[in-house]
Parts: sequence; C-alpha cells; structure tokens
Amino acid sequence: MRRAIRFFVVLLGLFLLAGCLGDEPSAIGPAEAETEDAPQLASSINVFNWGEFIDPAVLGIFRQETGINVIYSMYASNEEMYQRIRAGGADFDVLFPSDYMIERMINQGMLAQLNWENIPNAEHIDDRFWYMPFDPDNQYSVPYMWGTFGIMYNTTMVNEPVYSWDILWNPAFANQIFMYDASRDTMGAALRRLGFSLNTTDINEINAARDSLITQRPLVRAFLGDQIKDLMINRDGALGTVFSGDAVWARQDNPELNFIVPVEGTQIFLDSMVIPSTSIRQYEAEMFINFMTRPDIAYMNTRYVMYSTTNATTFEMLPDYMRDCEIYWPPYEVFYRLEAFADLGDFKEQFERAWTEVLAAN
Amino acid sequence: MKRLFAPPYVVWLTIFVVLPLLLIGYYSITAIDAAGNTYFTLRHFRLFFEGTEPGQPFFSRLYVNVAIRSLRLALLTTVITFVLGYPVAYIMAGKGFSDKSVLLFLFIAPMWMNFLVRTYAWLAILSRHGILNTFLTWLGLPILDILFRDAAVLLGMVYNFLPFMVLPIYTALKKMDPKVIEAAQDLGANSPNVFFRVVFPLSMPGVISGITMVFMPAAATFIIPNLLGGGQYFLLGNLVEQQFLRVGNWNFGSAIAVIMIMMMLVSTVFLSRFNKEEVREGGARI
Repeated sequence: MRRAIRFFVVLLGLFLLAGCLGDEPSAIGPAEAETEDAPQLASSINVFNWGEFIDPAVLGIFRQETGINVIYSMYASNEEMYQRIRAGGADFDVLFPSDYMIERMINQGMLAQLNWENIPNAEHIDDRFWYMPFDPDNQYSVPYMWGTFGIMYNTTMVNEPVYSWDILWNPAFANQIFMYDASRDTMGAALRRLGFSLNTTDINEINAARDSLITQRPLVRAFLGDQIKDLMINRDGALGTVFSGDAVWARQDNPELNFIVPVEGTQIFLDSMVIPSTSIRQYEAEMFINFMTRPDIAYMNTRYVMYSTTNATTFEMLPDYMRDCEIYWPPYEVFYRLEAFADLGDFKEQFERAWTEVLAAN
Repeated sequence: MKRLFAPPYVVWLTIFVVLPLLLIGYYSITAIDAAGNTYFTLRHFRLFFEGTEPGQPFFSRLYVNVAIRSLRLALLTTVITFVLGYPVAYIMAGKGFSDKSVLLFLFIAPMWMNFLVRTYAWLAILSRHGILNTFLTWLGLPILDILFRDAAVLLGMVYNFLPFMVLPIYTALKKMDPKVIEAAQDLGANSPNVFFRVVFPLSMPGVISGITMVFMPAAATFIIPNLLGGGQYFLLGNLVEQQFLRVGNWNFGSAIAVIMIMMMLVSTVFLSRFNKEEVREGGARI
C-alpha cells in the first residue's frame, strides 16, 4: 500500500509538471504573435448565446469573410450562462445576456470595455437603445434584440376577450394553460397582476404572488420553456405565457394563435452582446459583434428568430407585415406598461425560494 | 502482478471519486460571510430540515416534502418494475421458453439509445394529438390525456428502469442449479412450494441487485419526471440543479447532495444485510 501511495504521489507530480510545461509555450505563443504581427487573427472564437437566437447561416458567412471559425454554444437562462462564466474554466469571447444580468456582470467586473473604433456598425443601432440604465455610459454592451413577455392564446379555443393576466386564473381553461418555467418571469407576471413591481424587494408582495400562483396550480397543464410554442402550434393548449418573438414565430405555423401584452403590464427585455473580461481574443470578438450589427446580417437574424431588432437600418428593410405587426413592434402606448428587470443581488434567493414553494406545492 | 495493476486505479479513484466527494463534503459544511471569509457551519443542513418556515409540522416542511416525494416516486417505480420484471425474468430463464435470446435482445436493444432520446419519444407518443391518441381516435375510442400527469411520469420511469430489474434477476435464475429444484420435487414439494421456498429465496441476490439498480438512480433522477411531468415534479435532483445553476448557492446544493448520499448509504446497508439473512434462511430450509 505504501508503495502504491508513493507511486501515486510521483505520478501526480509528473502530471503537474507536464501541466506547467505544456502551458507555458502556448501562453507565450499568442502573446508574441499579437505584439509582433497585428493582423495575425485567432483561428476561432467561442460564442455563447441563447438557444434559437441566431440564423445559423450567418456563422458561415462570418467564416467566409474573416477566416475565423465560430464555436457556438447555447444556454437556456441568464443564470445558467452567469454560473458557467463565474465558475471559471469557460473560455467564451462573446455573450448575449439580458439587461439585469449585464448590470450584475458589470458590477462584478466580469465584462470588458469595448473599443468602439472596432465596432463602426454600432451607428445603425436605434438611439432609444443606448444609455440604458444597466450600462449608462455605453461602455460594455451593444444592443442585439428585444421583446416583451405576455400571453399567447389560440383564438379558436378562447372565446373570451384576452387582455389581462386574470385569464390565466380562469377555471374555464383548466388544464389548457402553459406557464413559463422560470422563477423571475412567472413570478413577475403574478406580481404585475397584483399591481406590484417586477423588481419588488418586499417579502409580503413576493409571498402574495407565490400564493396566487399556488391557487393557480390546479389549472396549469405544465411548466415548460421553449416547448410551449411547439405544443400550442399543435393545439395542445389554449393559453400560454411566451416571449413576443416566439409568438411571431409560432403564428407562422399556426395563424390561429395571437399574443397580447396584458393591461397590468409586463416585462420588456433587451439582450445585448458583451465580451467577458476573461476573453483573450477581444479584437476578434469585436469583429464578430460588428458583423452581427451590420444591417444585412441583423436582417437575417431578426427574420429568422422573429424577435424585434434594435437596428434602425434593418427595421427600414423589413417587409410591411412585420413592421405593422403589433407583436413584433408594439404601438407606442404599450411601452408605458413595460418594466425591465433590475439586478436584485442576493435578494434573488427570495424569488427562488418562493418559486420552489410554488412548484413543490402539491 | 497485483501491485503493478493497482496504482492506475488508485489514481483514477482518487481524482474522480475521492476528491470530488471531499470537495462536496467541504462545501456542505462551510459558508462565506459578508467579508468574504470562509467559516464552518451546519446551517445548510438545518435549513434543509427546518425549511423556510420553521413553524410547520416536520413532514410538510418545504425540502423534507421534496425528499419524501422523491423517495415515494423511487419506491413506486421499484415496486412496479419488480412486479412486472420478475415474471418476465422467470419466463426467460425457464426451460419451456425457446426464444429467450430474442426476448433478451428486445430488452437490451432500447438501451443502446440514449434514455433522453427515448423519453422525448414518449412526449410525441403521449401528447394530446400524438401517436397514441391518433390511433385511439381512429379506433373510435376516447382519447387518453395522460401527458404531464402522474401516470406519464410513472410510465416513463418504469419504462426506463425495467431492464435494470429484469437482467440481474434473469442472471440469478439462470445460474440456479436445476438439480436443486428436482430435489425439492422429489421430496414432495408442489409447484408453489418449490417456487416460494426454493426458487425465490435462491434468486434473492438478483432481486436485491435489481432493487439497488432501480431504487437508487430513481431516487436521484429528475430529468424524466421533469420532461413527462411538465415541470410539476419538483424532486431532490431539481433542487440540486436549482442551487448550482440558478441560485449559485453551491454550499446548500452540496449539503443536499450529501443528504442524498447518506440516504443511499443507509439503503445500501439495509439491503445488503437483508440479502445475507435471506440467503442463509433459504439455504437452511432446503
């Protein structure tokens, strides 16, 4: 046994030594290349984006134009992305977080300041998406797409007017309702229904929202994510909570579907492109962001994923039916009812606690 | 020779089993205070057993309730796979059945596919306008709306875990010496007596490993109930995932993992003791 231990120690030492020796040359290599030959580009960058949030064809165009391969990975929630980056070891160059998550990552020093001279296409972004509260000096993020969270319903299955969150609590639609499987989004809907802010830090308001969701449980068919739109296209339910882009997308396959922004108000989100401070390929990452902001590429993306573009030039290129679509581009008065998520810091645990109590309640 | 082969396993087990376990154990008994210092504490375990509102009766507390639901689902799955699996294994191992290799192949073949893909297939089969209901409507029967209900969850669990119950029992029955059965018959035992006093006790090692291979993964699973239950089955696995991926509270997540490991240890000890006693008893009666 003792000999086994000694063997193991020696082996471990060898591993560590190999690790050091293996690391050093590669750490020197690119640094030298950068200082001596400026045009020497990395052969690939790692992009981490939401699922179904890009036209896959644009990645091929980027490779043709620049010779840089895009290694593309996907996530399902801001929190999942954040935990991957925070845990370290993940070597990503471009991320697509939402507003509140950008605020959090800036506060924790996780994002790199952008060199705007490398992103000239930023001039195409509509003025209203700059100077957002989460990045007040436009130092870290380039707006990508935005949307709202609301109710999608099947017009042939719902014979009542749909205008309020209350319809999701209507027993007439028992077992026909899909709710979104994410704590802040669904808790947010319940909070707005009760007249509270999405960003409340009042425990009593959170508990009231929790209780209302628990009373709703018997009516709910399932708590799901992206699946909701597929099931509703197949007429598998009458009502569901989805994001606006998914609703526009689903209506292409099933014109019976419609989407509204409830009168009590709801969430607006703005997803932007950022570069984590750990990236060692910032120049290439900025090339990619500049590429994604080019009007023709932004046009391909918004036509593919059907979320609203932030690109003013791209908007002018869109066909009339998209520009006139109130789901894709809500009328101005709707904006008064919208609220963006703020980063709640550690208080977010209270949302998760309440959400666990909702899901575990039966 | 033995010495030469041992070290690679020692290294492997240390890096991939012992170190991660120690790390989880360390996380479960530490916390970080406001100043960023790490200190030792048992408050994660207290939180688990007290829940978020300490006044409630023990079994309705939040996390205890989740644990009970996980154990109940695992137990139900184990019982059903046993009731369905034992006769199949018995038939396959029996003399009268000639096409046993075909049946055995049919049990193993689905396991070549990833279980997630198979579970997604159930979604397509069971949905309201899915394959099953299209068929039922074609026959003129009423539709069966079980997706996202308890029945679909149990179906998915039993479907996925059945081979793990059947195969060990089959192996145990197959290895049994037929002379033992003949001896029992010669001594005047009728068929039920032969089965309950000879065959079943001798197949007990297979039954025990079948139960172990079904119960433990079933208690820790969360993806099958999540998919087929429509996110309405909140189990211990979901709780760990939530703490690591969404809340970022690795300490509480590790504490839950440690509690799950303890539960598995207790059931392993219980089962192995049961196993030894049964074998001795069975042997003594023959």
